[in-house]
Amino acid sequence: MSALLDVEDLHAAYGASQALFGVSLRIEEGQALALMGRNGMGKTTTIACITRMMAASGGRISFAGHDLARLPSHKAARLGLGLVPEGRRAFAGLTVRENLMAAARKGEWTIEKVCDLFPRLAERARQRAETLSGGEQQMLVIGRALMTNPKLLILDEATEGLAPVVRAEIWAAIRELKAQGQSILVVDKSLRELAAVADDCVVLERGRDVWHGPPEALSGELAQRYLGV
Amino acid sequence: MSAAEVTAVPEGRGGRMNRAQIVNAALALGLLGFGLVAWAMGETFLVTLATKVAILAIAGAGLNLVLGFGGLVSFGHAAYFGLGGYSAGILAHHALNYTPMFEWPFLFEGTTSMPVIWITAMVIGALAAALIGALSLRTTGVYFIMITLAFGQMIFYFAISWPAYGGEDGLPIYVRNGFPGLNTLDPVQFFGLTCAVLFAVLGLIAMLAHSRFGLALQAARQNRQRLMAVGIRPGGVLLVAFVISGAITALAGALYADLNRFVSPSMLSWHLSGELLVFLILGGTGRLFAPLAGAGLYITLEHLLGGVSDHWQFFFGLLLLGVVLFARGGVIGFLAGGKRHG
Repeated sequence: MSALLDVEDLHAAYGASQALFGVSLRIEEGQALALMGRNGMGKTTTIACITRMMAASGGRISFAGHDLARLPSHKAARLGLGLVPEGRRAFAGLTVRENLMAAARKGEWTIEKVCDLFPRLAERARQRAETLSGGEQQMLVIGRALMTNPKLLILDEATEGLAPVVRAEIWAAIRELKAQGQSILVVDKSLRELAAVADDCVVLERGRDVWHGPPEALSGELAQRYLGV
Repeated sequence: MSAAEVTAVPEGRGGRMNRAQIVNAALALGLLGFGLVAWAMGETFLVTLATKVAILAIAGAGLNLVLGFGGLVSFGHAAYFGLGGYSAGILAHHALNYTPMFEWPFLFEGTTSMPVIWITAMVIGALAAALIGALSLRTTGVYFIMITLAFGQMIFYFAISWPAYGGEDGLPIYVRNGFPGLNTLDPVQFFGLTCAVLFAVLGLIAMLAHSRFGLALQAARQNRQRLMAVGIRPGGVLLVAFVISGAITALAGALYADLNRFVSPSMLSWHLSGELLVFLILGGTGRLFAPLAGAGLYITLEHLLGGVSDHWQFFFGLLLLGVVLFARGGVIGFLAGGKRHG
């Protein structure tokens, strides 16, 4: 069976400095994969390559039966890659509702459904995104990605820098999405919260995938070595 | 931002929207009222002045679509304004001289019918904007400003050096073109017609701004990469906006030619592109009624200050400086509060 996302031997460089030295990972339909590693190990670069925000210098990325190698990033997004970028990137000047509307594509996700998942967004529907709290903005960006009806939802450090209560709320939503069968690629550092969602983990170290396995197996000495926890 | 400001927003936004709507209504009624009172008092010149404001506001509305919503600083919108003007002038010229525009591959005759002229002007404006936009939109920032200016200047010099339609001397339109059911030579009827066009254009832009297309356009201004991440190509959205903008500004140009009954290369000059930008800065970039507020203020000051001093532009410059430094939301931002620019 062919995977939803299949990344093989991915290489990438920022100018002369190489960042990825061969990263491979696979996500099956309905599966959640956690991409882990300490800061600067290539997690965000890997995601930038998958979403075609950055050109890979080598390797192969296939998604839902398409080779992503030459696609511009908006076409990759249309194939069903829903990115939630690092650091709460809503369209600041648009209202919550307008942010969601702008991204909408035909499919099962509607503004109402997003508001069911994040009731706070319903309360803030007419507010400009820049007036929301950090957590609400993050919910909005997740909602915006869902409005494109993605086959694969990509979350890059979705809960970084947020208050514990809000983190819990967002993780609960991610677990609910997973339970509904949404395929997810999630980048995060918090092993405890990932363990409840991820079927599989890939650990990156210095631009290479050094460990594959289920989250339960990633504990103790391994976690200490790769994640510094 | 303080906590008080954040919590004040939910009600505050509703209140501000209403205030903006009041300001907009006041502007619309102010224009209509001014024109009608001037007419009642027999001040034909002032009716014409109000008509000029309405027409320049249409041109500004075209620019506002790309600048205010899309964030594209086009410094070459005189090109579309002038092309619209020349469409009206050339079609009328042929009709009044009973010479066809061209006979091959099909017979194409001039016309003095405004609806036909408007459609022609808009098609030509749209085509020019499609061509210029397709090339200019490959650049951003200051390069975009310069390349749009360069295209504008190209068309300006072409008009000057092409003798067939008056060259540098311009092209007179002996009788104002007609509109079915109206006597367009009656200043107040022509004023009413231009106001109707202005409000139709503003209505169209309001509709566009709230559509998915308009939201994507505003999103493109804020961050092109984020727009790509939701599967929309910013270049496509911006080009469509640019084409619609060119068509609207060309429509204004056709009306302006009929107002003055004269077309000249000055309609294509970069001064006019600059004036359109000034209208928006004065009025409040990205506000629906900014072009009307800006054009109204500009023409009023030109008229009043111009009566006091030949060097009125010096004092106008000071005012503009004041707006840019202290009232960045322009007149509407100042009166209505709130923020439109992200």
